[in-house]
Amino acid sequence: MTEALVGEGRGANGAALVEMTMQQAINRALDTALREDPATLVFGEDVGRLGGVFRVTDGLQAAYGQNRVFDTPLAESGIVGLAVGLAMNGWRPIPELQFDGFAYPAVDQIVNQMARMHYRSRGAASMPITVRLPSFGGIQAPEHHGESLEALFAHVPGLKVVAPSDPNDAYRLLLQSIRSDDPVIYMEPKARYWDRRQVVLDGARAQAADTGGDPIGASRIARPGRHATLVAWGAMVHRCLRVAELAAEDGVDLEVLDLRWLKPIDTDGLAASVSRTRRAVVVHEAPLTAGLGAEVSSLITERVFCDLAAPVQRVTGFDVPYPAGPLEPQYLPTIDRILLAVQRTLEF
Amino acid sequence: MSNNTAQKQPELVQLLTPEGELRRHPDYPIDISAEEMRGLYRDLVLVRRVDTEAVALQRQGELGLWASLLGQEAAQIGSGRALRPGDMAFPSYREHGVAWCRGIRPRQLLSMFRGVSNGGWDPHEYGFHLYSIVIASQTLHATGYAMGVQRDGALGADGTAVICYFGDGATSQGDTSEAFNFAAVNNAPVVFFCQNNQWAISEPPERQARVPLYRRAAGFGFPGVRIDGNDVLASLAVTRAALQHAREGQGPMLIEAFTYRMGAHTTNDDPSRYRVSAELEEWRSKDPIERVRTHLTNEGIADDAFFAEVDAEAESIGERVRRECRELPDPDPLDIFHEVYAEPNGHIDRQRADFADYLASFEDADAEGVR
Repeated sequence: MTEALVGEGRGANGAALVEMTMQQAINRALDTALREDPATLVFGEDVGRLGGVFRVTDGLQAAYGQNRVFDTPLAESGIVGLAVGLAMNGWRPIPELQFDGFAYPAVDQIVNQMARMHYRSRGAASMPITVRLPSFGGIQAPEHHGESLEALFAHVPGLKVVAPSDPNDAYRLLLQSIRSDDPVIYMEPKARYWDRRQVVLDGARAQAADTGGDPIGASRIARPGRHATLVAWGAMVHRCLRVAELAAEDGVDLEVLDLRWLKPIDTDGLAASVSRTRRAVVVHEAPLTAGLGAEVSSLITERVFCDLAAPVQRVTGFDVPYPAGPLEPQYLPTIDRILLAVQRTLEF
Repeated sequence: MSNNTAQKQPELVQLLTPEGELRRHPDYPIDISAEEMRGLYRDLVLVRRVDTEAVALQRQGELGLWASLLGQEAAQIGSGRALRPGDMAFPSYREHGVAWCRGIRPRQLLSMFRGVSNGGWDPHEYGFHLYSIVIASQTLHATGYAMGVQRDGALGADGTAVICYFGDGATSQGDTSEAFNFAAVNNAPVVFFCQNNQWAISEPPERQARVPLYRRAAGFGFPGVRIDGNDVLASLAVTRAALQHAREGQGPMLIEAFTYRMGAHTTNDDPSRYRVSAELEEWRSKDPIERVRTHLTNEGIADDAFFAEVDAEAESIGERVRRECRELPDPDPLDIFHEVYAEPNGHIDRQRADFADYLASFEDADAEGVR
């Protein structure tokens, strides 16, 4: 890695505590996976010698060789189709699609092939593939570099979808995804790549199940609170935590639920949180209509309707194509828009 | 028109002429015993009989759909018999002849077309992947599988080779070009076997490509060869050579089997709307089975008793296919929830439980005599 690791220490169970960025944490998870399982393969555009356009795969080709970590020609359908074929042959592929918007050319291979092969073959051909997808906005990049595809993929039977919000989760959720025998779309919040936090690395006795104790599909209460629940994932978790800090100055105690898994959604965790706070605001970057916020809102209504003190609010991107860089801050849910929604739900 | 295209292309490997005469080819010598020759004939006849029966079953309402291989038997049996047990084949959805060579039972094929399964067999058990319906998607799977073979270190004279079947229509798909390129730059041990049956549903060759399909390979940097797709020996010899080329680590090859779809695209199609019967008549004279029969007769390596025996076996297979088709069990409604995921999934489990309760509520009502 380009940056030295600092703050190494020891946590419970002998696991190492290391401060690192999310980008480094993902790199460490890939390193762990490549080390522990010779069937894992990392490939995609520019992931080898360059180490990926975000340097997430930095050093992996040098460490594991060109058979395990390799560049592909520039074709996203090809990358995922390759992963499907490799999985049929017993490998555990971890392909990267360079940017969210470039996942669209691979949609047939993701939706019609990867997601359904286990079902079509009645379990004879499992697809333990983790598609790494740098996702969401916030880096003022050109069009197609700031998309939020979670609703599209969460709609597809056979897929699992996950979006970490901080370095520690990025590490654990990626290992969990790779070790899963099902295909996972792993959405990396680009805007948080340089977020530096402590990460609990697997101990020397790394076990397949040692991914922090939470099963696939578990949400996480990022901040406990009493007056309303902010539901978010990816980069919006950090923003909601900031909203909660500001609201606390006015005596409003907000809970922030980091959904993490967008398929399967932690319905129980969601219901438990909202049942306590009686109010919910869902925040996501994707456009409003048929976004995942609608699913979250519906799940809350189905499960804890009688506990609700106000309708579920949604704070989202607008129903427009992702705007050019300078307008990104206006498009993405701002702290003020989220605070306004909190106020609406509290005053209902 | 497609005939003109054929005449413009002299480079076509043919080892058995429509008149049943053997031809020598410098690059593709073939040494075949009388018994093997009779075996190929038997394969061709039986597979055509299975196909004929399946078309009839669809007409009788026993199958939802069938994609006939009529006219393409030689391309499929020749290449299918070139495969070794450890090789892996990735078919499209018309490869009933290759399936036959891989040991898939006709009833397993019928299960998809009857609508009782999305698949029908374990691909690993037979070295034959499930049928791919989205055109060309399997070209990438074959390439990925072949790159896995490279990483297994399973190359060499006794190594593993991969073959991918697709049609002329699939060459228009981006996935095919991506697969060609990925396979080329990685030198992957995969043979791309294109059955150019002249029709992508209603689209003739001149509406699909401006250059002969086998020449595509040159642009990607690997060999391409056109064979007489109605010649089982050319299909066998050239595929065997291409597989060997691949398994020895020399990279991919493209074989364009120039053949003709004698039937409709599927049982839902009406080719009389887009092609003339004269074309069909001309290809009938190049029939892939007749030339083998002529050869066997002329060379005296099969007699009337042999042909009668094969015909009888074909009839009995026809009957068996008919019976087994009707005996295919209807799937349990709750089957739809099985194998969506490899790992336990609470959401699916809940939906299955709810649906089971819903179904059971009718049984309870029936039991109580309530209608």
